[in-house]
Amino acid sequence: MNIRIIKRSDMPKRQEIIIRIAAVLMSIVFAGLILVIFGLNPLKIFATIIKGSLGTEIRIQQTIIRAIPLTITALGIIVAFKMKFWNIGAEGQITMGAFGATWVALNLPETLPMPVMLLLMMIAAMLCGGIWAFIPAMFKAKMGTNETIFTLMMNYIAIKFVTYLQYGPWMDPNAGGFPKIAKFPANAVLPSVFGINIGWIIMLLFVVFVHIFMNYTKKGYEIAVVGESVETARYAGMNISRIIITAMLISGGMCGIVGMIQSSAIEKTLISNIAGGYGFTAIIPAWLSRLNAVSALIVCLAFAMLIQGGTYLQVSLGISSAVSSIVQGTILFFVLGSEFFLQYKVIFGKKSVKAETEVA
Amino acid sequence: MQQNLAIEMRHITKSFGDIKANDDINLEVLPGEVHALLGENGAGKTTLMNMLSGIYTPDSGEILINGAPVTFHSPADSIRLGIGMIHQHFKLVDVMIAKENIIIGQPSSFFTKGRELAQKVKELSDRYGLDIDPNKKVYDMSVGEKQTLEIIKVLYRGARILILDEPTAVLTPQEITKLFRVINNMKEQGCAVVIITHKLNEVMEISDRVTVLRKGQSIDTVVTKDVNIPSLIEMMVGQKVDLSIHREKTEKVEKILEADGVTVLNAEGKEMLSNVSFTLAGGEILGVAGVANSGQKELCESIAGLVHADKGRIFFEGENIVGKTPRDIIKLGIRMGFIPEDRLGMGLVGSMDIVNNMILKDYQNQPGIRLRKGPCIEKAKKIVAALDIQTPSINTPVKKLSGGNIQKVLLGREIDAAPKVLITAYAVRGLDIGASHKIYDLLNEQKKNGVGILFVGEDLDVLMELCDRIMVLCHGEVTGIVDPSEVTKEDIGLLMTGQKLEKEEAAV
Repeated sequence: MNIRIIKRSDMPKRQEIIIRIAAVLMSIVFAGLILVIFGLNPLKIFATIIKGSLGTEIRIQQTIIRAIPLTITALGIIVAFKMKFWNIGAEGQITMGAFGATWVALNLPETLPMPVMLLLMMIAAMLCGGIWAFIPAMFKAKMGTNETIFTLMMNYIAIKFVTYLQYGPWMDPNAGGFPKIAKFPANAVLPSVFGINIGWIIMLLFVVFVHIFMNYTKKGYEIAVVGESVETARYAGMNISRIIITAMLISGGMCGIVGMIQSSAIEKTLISNIAGGYGFTAIIPAWLSRLNAVSALIVCLAFAMLIQGGTYLQVSLGISSAVSSIVQGTILFFVLGSEFFLQYKVIFGKKSVKAETEVA
Repeated sequence: MQQNLAIEMRHITKSFGDIKANDDINLEVLPGEVHALLGENGAGKTTLMNMLSGIYTPDSGEILINGAPVTFHSPADSIRLGIGMIHQHFKLVDVMIAKENIIIGQPSSFFTKGRELAQKVKELSDRYGLDIDPNKKVYDMSVGEKQTLEIIKVLYRGARILILDEPTAVLTPQEITKLFRVINNMKEQGCAVVIITHKLNEVMEISDRVTVLRKGQSIDTVVTKDVNIPSLIEMMVGQKVDLSIHREKTEKVEKILEADGVTVLNAEGKEMLSNVSFTLAGGEILGVAGVANSGQKELCESIAGLVHADKGRIFFEGENIVGKTPRDIIKLGIRMGFIPEDRLGMGLVGSMDIVNNMILKDYQNQPGIRLRKGPCIEKAKKIVAALDIQTPSINTPVKKLSGGNIQKVLLGREIDAAPKVLITAYAVRGLDIGASHKIYDLLNEQKKNGVGILFVGEDLDVLMELCDRIMVLCHGEVTGIVDPSEVTKEDIGLLMTGQKLEKEEAAV
């Protein structure tokens, strides 16, 4: 027998959606099989994950609280990825954003009105996150350095820098010798709306912003052209260095805001692992959403459900939250795998074209 | 006929997605015959030959080699049967010497047998009249030498059936003569040679029989000496076509562009363009001839501001534009259309639709930060209609269009900007006869409007017919600026290889 792989012509949108949904369903079945091998009841696990993430009002709130940093980080990454600038440095940009916000929160008077304080924190966070992204962007634009390695290494510098602050100059003298940074004053904590910190409003605003920015502005257009072909951009008279730097300032600035939200609303202080892996995790939904801001929101909500559900799994059934990571991983595997079937079809058989079999 | 056919392809069909590249094609090639495969771009010539060399598998149909049915699973199968294909783009390793390139990918013992190899190469060279230095690095070779090396490579592997995919496209007239001599030697040795081409005079000169393909179908196989060029064109295009290129007579306006001693260095500091000086007047087409990589790219890019000339000046309407960025050039109101060599890589954004590609040259003149698509939608519609661009809609990604249509989108956009100088590089590369003539007409129309056109071309016949003057480049130097009505193609060929002409050059 002879197996051949043939590139597809355009497929109708509906078929594309069907293949994608089929991929997700198959991934769930497959994840279920893995759970069975571990001696777990998959139906029960899935039910628990859903119950844990959407079961009560508080759980829904918790899910959304997890979706906020994930979504905003993913949006930041989308701006960079659209330009084919592989920003793996969101983790560091979040950390530095948190650093900026903390500096403002701890150094400005507690008597400052809350909106002023929060706004200043945000500006500081955006600046710091932006600068952290600007450094590799500038080196890439001017000297052609590899941004993947550069941004990745910037993460560790940021995290170690905050660790140093925690153990050194910023250590809270009132913490009884614990290496902790002081808690934020009340005017530096993000208020809540519907029981969730207002980060969710910021998140929605950013979804709208990125959608409009990427699709309806000249800068967004330039970023897309640079991502597609630097040569074409050059030929059209675009200033490539400036585009790379602007895009990365925006990308890093948004990640910086995530740091501000996490430090202000969640930790109420600065800790070295403030980014908590969101900077890396967000790469996955950014990619799954095919760099579309609105889809990114939906994918991030689904991811937040899995993360929240996984935590609940651990608490309620005593099963490691790694189980939920397995489910996450399988979904990813299948969805990315389905890309292949969207572009190619596999044909079995020797000569007859009629007997083509599609595998989806 | 008692003799087995060297190649027999029966009812070959091959589709890519919705496109039937080959539709029920039949081809028979005799041993000791030079068989031309003639057809326009997109007619399916290369696809058919790729199936013969095992790169593609046919969807249906049969292939017989020396009378026996075969199925190829990979190019290795085809090589084993003595089929050698010389591709349009050479598949050589630049940093290796000729000898190493010959044995690459050969099943052999761990150690290479240097002496044995050298002897066999020499034997092959003598037999077919090939000439190569086995110890020369590929990057030091001229295009002709590289091709010779490719030929030796397949002969070394024992090829008795040779397929040459547009072998003359990159050669000078002198190199072509040499190649044809080699082909004739092979024929006398009983090899079967298939030559893919769309140049008719070459078909007449070298081939014994011709098979004409059109839109994926085999139209007919004829004996070359029984046909003439017009009838071949008719078979190729499906209708009678006037092949002569019109040269518009225009009153030359004053000079619009002047280059003075322009020198461009590459990253390694090598001179890619050396001391180039010329003038271009409004209402004339100045052709640029030269073998590939003789500085054409650097010439175009230095005028468009994409690379900075290291020495020399370029005046546009009296103003020196060296040192200005492409954006400055656009902002200054200097209208310059530039069609880069690699259309998709540089002139257009492949994944974007026609509208978004129109925006590329337009958006910087829009005020504010908002991207306005409205006017570009109109422009896209206008260009699609005016140039008869075949596209499902103006929202189709341009990379899904055929080469000719992509070219029309690009040229349409550049002409629409009403330039004063239009730089075109390989404007008709990959286009069929009809589309090419449409492009020539468009250029002539621009010329009549007083546009100065720099036409970088590769087909000398076209350059001779279309251009008012031809500037010849060799290794980045101008070896002559000639009037095509006063010189022959061979003269230009000499200039392309760096030799000076005896006779007076046309006034610069």
